[in-house]
Amino acid sequence: MKHVTEYRDADLVHVVLDGIRQTVTKPWVLMEICGGQTHAIVRHGIDQLLPTEIELVHGPGCPVCVTPLELIDKSLAIASCTEVIFTSYGDMLRVPGSGCDLFSVRASGGDVRVVYSPLDAVKIAQHNPDREVVFFAIGFETTAPPNAMSVVQAQSMGLKNYSILVSHVRVPPAMHVILGSPHNRVQGFLAAGHVCAVMGYWEYPPIAEKYGVPIVVTGFEPLDIVQGILQATRQLEEGRCEAENAYPRVVTFEGNRPAQKLIERVFEPCDRKWRGIGTIPDSGWRLRQEFAEFDAELRFDVEAIQPDESPLCIAGQILQGLKKPHDCSAFGVKCTPENPLGATMVSSEGACAAYYRYGRHVAGQKKEE
Amino acid sequence: MCLGVPGKIVETYQAGGLKMGKVDFGGVVRETCLEYVPQAEVGDYVLIHVGFAISLVSEEEAQATLEILREIMRLEEELGPEPDTR
Repeated sequence: MKHVTEYRDADLVHVVLDGIRQTVTKPWVLMEICGGQTHAIVRHGIDQLLPTEIELVHGPGCPVCVTPLELIDKSLAIASCTEVIFTSYGDMLRVPGSGCDLFSVRASGGDVRVVYSPLDAVKIAQHNPDREVVFFAIGFETTAPPNAMSVVQAQSMGLKNYSILVSHVRVPPAMHVILGSPHNRVQGFLAAGHVCAVMGYWEYPPIAEKYGVPIVVTGFEPLDIVQGILQATRQLEEGRCEAENAYPRVVTFEGNRPAQKLIERVFEPCDRKWRGIGTIPDSGWRLRQEFAEFDAELRFDVEAIQPDESPLCIAGQILQGLKKPHDCSAFGVKCTPENPLGATMVSSEGACAAYYRYGRHVAGQKKEE
Repeated sequence: MCLGVPGKIVETYQAGGLKMGKVDFGGVVRETCLEYVPQAEVGDYVLIHVGFAISLVSEEEAQATLEILREIMRLEEELGPEPDTR
């Protein structure tokens, strides 16, 4: 496939890996923010191909992982209502709430449907005027424009039976939390390429400057990832801390203006709780007052539940790059993808799930070249 | 979650007041909302996320990146790899 295959070329990846080896002289800790990148790094063994000086730690960029347990419990309560058709991206279905997950709600008779796009949920609402259709609107900046469009579309069609359960989160506030922590280890960031496709990277130069860290916009194929690592390493070795773009075929500095405009029209910033981390000020989006009729939390009277997380789980430290999955005593023993104890095991893009899937059960050895 | 797949626009049309299109992902064709890439035309590559094109893929930037790396590779083949003198 064009724009994919070329970026999986092992020879070209090795050219860039050579460049990293020739550049690095000191140890550096880099964080990839996006869970999709974590998955790709572990899947392709990129971390094992890097010189020992470069350590990759894994960031909080998995929206399924950081969706708070209370909201998953709300989704289960709403999905259990007989008049509701509950629609969601597939990733959310097996994420356990305090009791069960959306799959078990479906098994016990709930009408839970996986959709590919939020516009599919709007179509379902159009075809089922006597049912309430709810869409579980989770995600980072990448998913916000589609979710916003579904609300605008439902409004223009005059649909009264469509609402969304919103749990949107934003990347830059989480970067502030990580870099502002007294325990921070991160010296450079690989910024999430598709978040930047929407938002651009104009928010990043002030962060790079304030904390003295390079931030390199990075794509998702192996060649993209090593290129991001090379540019971040080069900046660190040269003592620079700038926002750079290693994914220019997809990302521009300004980002996608029409998408940003629609986000702004439909959503407004709010404090948001991140599973495993806690509440981060201004780190989320909620529906603006003008779109309150599409807010599932207002439409359905579901009580706030205060669930408990497992005391064994160290997901919060993993999401901030302070620990690795195999530092946890429960990893792979009490905590598995079938029976996840916390945020980073619940989605295949969580760092723990990626380590489990690709057999990284002990602290890794670098491969000999 | 934030994965995106590049595909080629093979058809554009209006539906329900939105700019829509058919996008070909190496043989699999899916309906896609093109409202966020108003400048996109048939033949362009776009990055698709949950049924929406969120970015127009720049052919020029793609070629530039690859060309530099291929050039380095050709040089290395001719000259041999740079010795690791650390």
